[in-house]
Amino acid sequence: MKRVLGILIVIMMFSCSSDDTSVPQYVPTPLALEIPTLFEQKILSPVIPFNNPQTVQGVALGKKLFFDPILSADHSQSCSSCHAPENAFSDASQFSDGIDGVFGNRNSMPIFNLAWNYDEKFFWDGRVFSLEHQALQPVENPIEMHNTWEQVVDDLQEHSEYPNLFQLAFGTTIISSDLVTKAIAQFERTLISGNSKFDKYLLGIASLTPQELNGFNVFMDETKGDCFHCHGSDNNPLWTDNIFHNNGLDAVFVDLGLGEVTGDPADNGKFKSPSLRNLAFTAPYMHDGRFNTLDEVINHYSEGLQNSPTVDPLMKKVAEGGVQITTQEKSDLKAFLLTLSDYEFINNPEFQN
Amino acid sequence: MRKLVAIIILSAVVLTSCVEEDVPGLQNTNVSLNFKHDWDGTNVSNTDFNTIQYINENTDELSIEKLRYLISDVTFHKANGQTIVVEGYNLVDVTNDENLSYVTPIQIPIGTYSNVSFTFGFDNTDNIDGAYTDLNSTSWNVPGMLGGGYHFMQLEGKFINNVATEQGYQYHAIRAVDNADPMNLVFQDTFFTVNLGEVIVHNNSSVDVKMNIAEWFKSPHQWNLNDFNSMLMPDFNAQVRMYDNGQDAFSLGTVN
Repeated sequence: MKRVLGILIVIMMFSCSSDDTSVPQYVPTPLALEIPTLFEQKILSPVIPFNNPQTVQGVALGKKLFFDPILSADHSQSCSSCHAPENAFSDASQFSDGIDGVFGNRNSMPIFNLAWNYDEKFFWDGRVFSLEHQALQPVENPIEMHNTWEQVVDDLQEHSEYPNLFQLAFGTTIISSDLVTKAIAQFERTLISGNSKFDKYLLGIASLTPQELNGFNVFMDETKGDCFHCHGSDNNPLWTDNIFHNNGLDAVFVDLGLGEVTGDPADNGKFKSPSLRNLAFTAPYMHDGRFNTLDEVINHYSEGLQNSPTVDPLMKKVAEGGVQITTQEKSDLKAFLLTLSDYEFINNPEFQN
Repeated sequence: MRKLVAIIILSAVVLTSCVEEDVPGLQNTNVSLNFKHDWDGTNVSNTDFNTIQYINENTDELSIEKLRYLISDVTFHKANGQTIVVEGYNLVDVTNDENLSYVTPIQIPIGTYSNVSFTFGFDNTDNIDGAYTDLNSTSWNVPGMLGGGYHFMQLEGKFINNVATEQGYQYHAIRAVDNADPMNLVFQDTFFTVNLGEVIVHNNSSVDVKMNIAEWFKSPHQWNLNDFNSMLMPDFNAQVRMYDNGQDAFSLGTVN
């Protein structure tokens, strides 16, 4: 009888086991994202790839890499050179210059709340899928870091600290572009902005001025600003739809945007809607940084729209140049938009070098 | 005896610990609703978008650039009056070719149903402002100044206006609201029940639901896009007209 019992116990022990080996494997420390209350309440969970979970060591490594000029060919520029924390990880210049002093033709995109980009299409033109893959491009772009991944990996491998940091983050000292971008993506996913004045207002812990409230109404009124169809609302704290639109900037396109990526003429002149969070820090505006001030942006939508075959139907009264809001409404709208800026985010010591 | 009991218990544990989920009974099945779209009989998909090629009842030439709409509470009606309500909703997104097929999240008894219906949009019980994270995430909301809740449909594109110029239109359906007095909004329900008629549910049945997009512009109100093209959400009369015209937009297609 004891033998039968023993056999049954052995069967039970192995009946559902996985293929685990007996050798204990190193596991970095899991790190949950600090999700703002409104995000928890209002929108879907962030996108975190199953093959790149957030860990304490991975985020720390990603942060170090993000601020380290070792990624560029001459070790003069880091990610933060064009994505500065004080600018909500954007660039105050219209265009950014790479290590050779060559300027690009698009404004540096701010970096925050990227884990909530559900479609995972990155860049102004959506040419890359996934945050990890996004991080591959600037390193080899000849007008940015102008490096090769082979060189980056060699430099990191020979570095006095990095092999050990990769060991801690990923359980291996063998560095690869895949692991570098995974670490950077982990850090970027921690860049969460959800504590603006308007967030606090929605949570009942701050008040808006009458002007700011009027501005919110202009934003939400389909007969006035009608901003909410593309830029979120009190029910979508991302303040973007992360979708590509032609917002009437040009009658003739110098930059095809999404159309260049898809090859579909119907996509010409379309660029991703940026989040309206942190506008106080992210000037200049639009994909090409053509507007230096929020006033210019608002004027564009009010009376500066240009018609073209792909202009978005949501751009109203294009023939009249736009929605024609009053001077007071413009002022109110601007006041509201500035309530979406998150000073805690740009001053968060966790996000500084 | 105690050993025998222990063996029996252990045996039971071993035998049940790795059992897969129960195989559904043969009497019940998932039903798939497949949403198909046409313009007076000509199939429409997102590959047909962005080109002015349709002519509405008012002879306005138009294109479609975006089409998505919400259906909810699919209901199976037995001839004896019994109903099976499938609580939930589906945002049909033709633009992105997403959710064109909706599999009922509960299983339906195989058999003959005198009617299968669903709600176009949300009824007032379900139309709760900000309540659905997936819909919030895709910016499907209606502003609070219009009563909140959610859109029922977004149909957008361009048309040739009466000065022969391309112009955008946004045919957005929501619950009709008169907001002349912002402090006292007056609503009129514009969700409606779509009755597909008799459906025989077989194992893994597939039910095609057809939407003739042209119907939204046809009857009883001949829709003139020169008059109704933009800013229709706060336009009470436009919303009621959409409601009226939508009544004949849906029909039952092939059932397998």
